[in-house]
Amino acid sequence: MGRVMFPALVLAAVLVAGMTGPSRASAADEASSDADWQSWTANSNVTDIASLQRGARDFVGYCLGCHSLKYERWSRLGQDLNIPQALLVKDLIPPGETPAGYIISPMVDADAEKWFGKVPPDLSLMARARDPDYLYQYLKTFYVDSSRATGANNLALPQSAMPDIVSPLEGLKAAVYKTVERRGPDGQMVKEQVFDHFKQIAPGSMTPQQFDQFAHDLVNFLDYVGDPQQAMRRAMGVWVVLFLLVFTWLAWLLKREFWKDVK
Amino acid sequence: MATTERGNELRAPGAPLPPGATPISKKRGFWAWLNKRLPVDEFIANQLTGYYAPKNFNIWYFFGSLALVVLVIQLVTGIFLAMFYQPSDPGAFDSVQHIMREINWGWLVRYIHSTGASAFFIVVYLHMFRGLMYGSYRQPRELLWVVGMLVYLALMAEAFMGYVLPWGNMSFWGAQVIVNIFSTVPVIGSGLVQWIRGDYGISGATLNRFFALHVAAVPLILLLLVMLHLVALRRTGSNNPDGIEIKERTGADGKPLDGIPFHPYYTVKDVVGVGVFFVIFALIVFYAPTVHGLFLEQPNFELANPLSTPAEIHPVWYFTPYYAILRAVPNKGMGALLMLLALVSLLVLPWLDRSPVKSIRYKGWISRTMLAVFVISFVGLGYLGLQPAEGLYVILARIFAVCYFAFFWLMPFYSRIDRVKPVPERVVYHAH
Repeated sequence: MGRVMFPALVLAAVLVAGMTGPSRASAADEASSDADWQSWTANSNVTDIASLQRGARDFVGYCLGCHSLKYERWSRLGQDLNIPQALLVKDLIPPGETPAGYIISPMVDADAEKWFGKVPPDLSLMARARDPDYLYQYLKTFYVDSSRATGANNLALPQSAMPDIVSPLEGLKAAVYKTVERRGPDGQMVKEQVFDHFKQIAPGSMTPQQFDQFAHDLVNFLDYVGDPQQAMRRAMGVWVVLFLLVFTWLAWLLKREFWKDVK
Repeated sequence: MATTERGNELRAPGAPLPPGATPISKKRGFWAWLNKRLPVDEFIANQLTGYYAPKNFNIWYFFGSLALVVLVIQLVTGIFLAMFYQPSDPGAFDSVQHIMREINWGWLVRYIHSTGASAFFIVVYLHMFRGLMYGSYRQPRELLWVVGMLVYLALMAEAFMGYVLPWGNMSFWGAQVIVNIFSTVPVIGSGLVQWIRGDYGISGATLNRFFALHVAAVPLILLLLVMLHLVALRRTGSNNPDGIEIKERTGADGKPLDGIPFHPYYTVKDVVGVGVFFVIFALIVFYAPTVHGLFLEQPNFELANPLSTPAEIHPVWYFTPYYAILRAVPNKGMGALLMLLALVSLLVLPWLDRSPVKSIRYKGWISRTMLAVFVISFVGLGYLGLQPAEGLYVILARIFAVCYFAFFWLMPFYSRIDRVKPVPERVVYHAH
């Protein structure tokens, strides 16, 4: 048993490390059609510091007006993302806030309640409470809906209270539905409206590729904020596991030596 | 002191003293001083070097010592977590994030503790399965099994209350569902639930008492029961994969022929087991601490919210076999009763098995099939408990629940009529 177990263990360790490592398969979702939006993946990679820095910049530019990251300090952000404090203070931290402070939106809760009907959620843990892919899909599936007070709706979160704040970048989209016939539960054919694709109504300041990158960076940043140590944790894990493998190997040699006596 | 005591030091620990040798208490220095006041050598000789365990333990015999290792891990990491955790509503959730983000190595300690909780159950379930396979619950080890079951029950209480402490939304709603099970107790039900919660709903008051129970009361009970479990084990000696009592075949020296001293043979072997376990444990802690929502669930990254129910409420995976049984019955009271019976069935197992042999190796095809059916049912129920209670899932849960109980309550019959194979005189062991 012992002779088989050790190589098997090494193999398992390598396999698991390979599966869960930071380099997730980067299947390009550009090629997939709008109707497959639920299979779009964020491909987040928290070791891509440049992407995280862009995400932090865009968060401050587009999200911080309403959303806080109440568990993340500005100084922590600077350290983890290699942003020098001077730059942090100059470009990211709102006037009046200090690097030691938490990343808090200036919006007052009572105002938010009045304007949107609810207080925008804190995003510190959103990538963990939901899923990075979900956030990515959410950012990319806003469409014009005149029946909503905000004038916008969302496929990933229908009736979302959030206005389409990315429309200046992405442009305005309409959701185009098609009618499909499907067999209902009672066996009769039922006609159903199914989302088919988005139609660009007005252009934004970004190309589709640029906007995909924007959404990727932002989600990547939120993935980092959800678990700030994850990159360090994965890097450290290799050494811990290697140490334990050596330890186990030595322990096994010792065991084999002792058990030679047992007949 | 005389200097003629050299021979005494060379003798194997635990071996009888040669004629004229100096007893342990006459050793020199600090060790002698210590042993005069505390029976250290005597304890080692009695419990480790002089305790004979069967030499034919296989891989299934690692999980007892691993359970002890996980217990220590949980105690140590738990102490450090308790230094920073604050049992209050809503401060508890914030304090966990504080530990995860701002306390040095807090994330590591917390992930070890959360992974340890699930690891505890994995190890204990495998340990119990070993007992089922090899008949370790049979005479004379009935009490050993019963105490072990009490350890398991204490562990369930400990894990449940620990799960509530992070005060996430699944903690909250899970607590709501589990505590409400007690409302099915006749007459005193609703009063009992209120008494457990300390409030009209799950609240900060509940959180505070669960903290007290989780860090003080239940761990003390757990430690006491684990000690009793070990004492009972030392009394009867370990069973083995052949289900043969090694004490019945002793050599001229009175030692069991098929036994080897626990130390050093099983201590060095168990260290290998611990090493393998730690590798797997570290892979989870460092690469997949949430195990895709199985060890740490997604809704638990949101603060407890009495106004927002998670899409699917279910307990953590280690309770889901019983949860599936609960939900398989349309009547809540009956469901709770069956859940209780599922645990009681395990508890009384020593008196249900009437087979003339202990180990599955020598039992017939009926017992083997029933054990396989039981394992499939238990795992199946565990899976179904994580799924919504609807349609095919409920039907499957009912089938599995029937199989679960059939394994126990038909045992007095099938274990008696099942044809068994002859048990060898000595244990089966192939030297490596």
